[in-house]
Amino acid sequence: MEALLTEGGTILAAFWMTVRLTAVSALGSLVLGTLLTAMRVAPLASLRATATAYVTVARNTPLTLVLLFTGLGIGANLGLELSDDIATNNFWLAVIGLTAYTSAFVCEALRSGLNTVPVGQAEAARSLGLGFVKTLALITLPQAFRAVVAPLGSLLIALTKNTTIALVVGVAEASVRMREMIETYGDQVIEIFLGFAAGFVLLCLPMGLLFGWLSKRMAVAR
Amino acid sequence: MTQADLIVLDQVNKRFGDHHVLRDVNLSVRQGEVVVVIGPSGAGKSTLCRAINRLETIDSGTISLDGTPLPAEGKELARLRAEVGMVFQSFNLFAHKTVLDNVVLGQVHVLKRSKDAAVRKARELLDRVGIGGQAGKFPAQLSGGQQQRVAIARALAMDPKAILFDEPTSALDPEMVNEVLEVMTALAREGMTMVVVTHEMGFARRAADRVVFMADGEIVEQNVPDAFFGAPSSDRAQSFLAKILTH
Repeated sequence: MEALLTEGGTILAAFWMTVRLTAVSALGSLVLGTLLTAMRVAPLASLRATATAYVTVARNTPLTLVLLFTGLGIGANLGLELSDDIATNNFWLAVIGLTAYTSAFVCEALRSGLNTVPVGQAEAARSLGLGFVKTLALITLPQAFRAVVAPLGSLLIALTKNTTIALVVGVAEASVRMREMIETYGDQVIEIFLGFAAGFVLLCLPMGLLFGWLSKRMAVAR
Repeated sequence: MTQADLIVLDQVNKRFGDHHVLRDVNLSVRQGEVVVVIGPSGAGKSTLCRAINRLETIDSGTISLDGTPLPAEGKELARLRAEVGMVFQSFNLFAHKTVLDNVVLGQVHVLKRSKDAAVRKARELLDRVGIGGQAGKFPAQLSGGQQQRVAIARALAMDPKAILFDEPTSALDPEMVNEVLEVMTALAREGMTMVVVTHEMGFARRAADRVVFMADGEIVEQNVPDAFFGAPSSDRAQSFLAKILTH
């Protein structure tokens, strides 16, 4: 127990990294996932095929592989430098990997949401003279989002826990700090595990509650 | 084709697989004319109505609006669609928008009107169809008849050259049919060009300039209401009318 108390500051700093990694990747995934969804229903067959291929690959590749690829492949081998500071560089590489992976799931969730929107909504929009992009942006996607708030919440929770795999890119998030502490405080392994597990529960539990509440509040009455 | 023909269908054909839903359909609707399309279910009435707004594609033939043939895709199609209002059987009000926003949206995003002007126009139209007091509500909070009147206001807000009605009262409870028909009758009197697919024979008699009778994808006969209902010339129309007017 004392290890957790004496290291409180470094643990919080590590969890802060987890939160940042989650927040930025979540935003990126939402944007890329929305774009992919739009591509998958686009009138152009090439756009649909590209998005479908991307989602299929990203969704069926283990996240560890994706992050190793961004870290070793894109980072080390291809030499993509997003910052002079190595820690910042690794952070952004991890964000790219997490976003690339999670956006595929966001796309699938949104697409199932689109399927809940009656076809008449899009027909009414088109009959007013709205084009494809505006119909999607103003009418169908907003309703799709509202239909999948709860699944998006689950994805956010999964993403939060998935950030622990960013350790393969060398980002010092919570699970890295945990490993270091286990090496230093070998006599308190169980406490350290439980402490970090509790930390993740504390992070994720409010998300679940918030998204459950949001999904009820935002549901579209038909 | 005369100068005042607003909607012209020329040799329009459409198939759904083996089913030939529109067969060599020729139809011209003049400016200000109210055309009511009737016929047994499966006759292709709704398909005809939807094809004019290109919500259904056609296999051959042309459909022209105000002299311009409907293009297949793109901005030009969107522009022509904006000029023709559409009222659906299932209302199709935007479920996540308030009644007011439903009527404002197209004005702002398609016609590029200012928000203020669009809201003013929307309120005026909602008052005209008798829904002024419900502007802040969501569609699901309204009765079917009220929703359909909002849908008519939404179509009118675009200052359309014509409005298509695809069985506008078929999904309504009987006591709500009249409130919608009254709004439509008023529109017809004001000179709006209308194509109305309906089973409401009373409306057809009262408001139509011309009744078009369809069966099996073809226009079988067309005439002014009195002549059509009084003395239908085709066997199909006679038997159809006998079935629906005997009770």
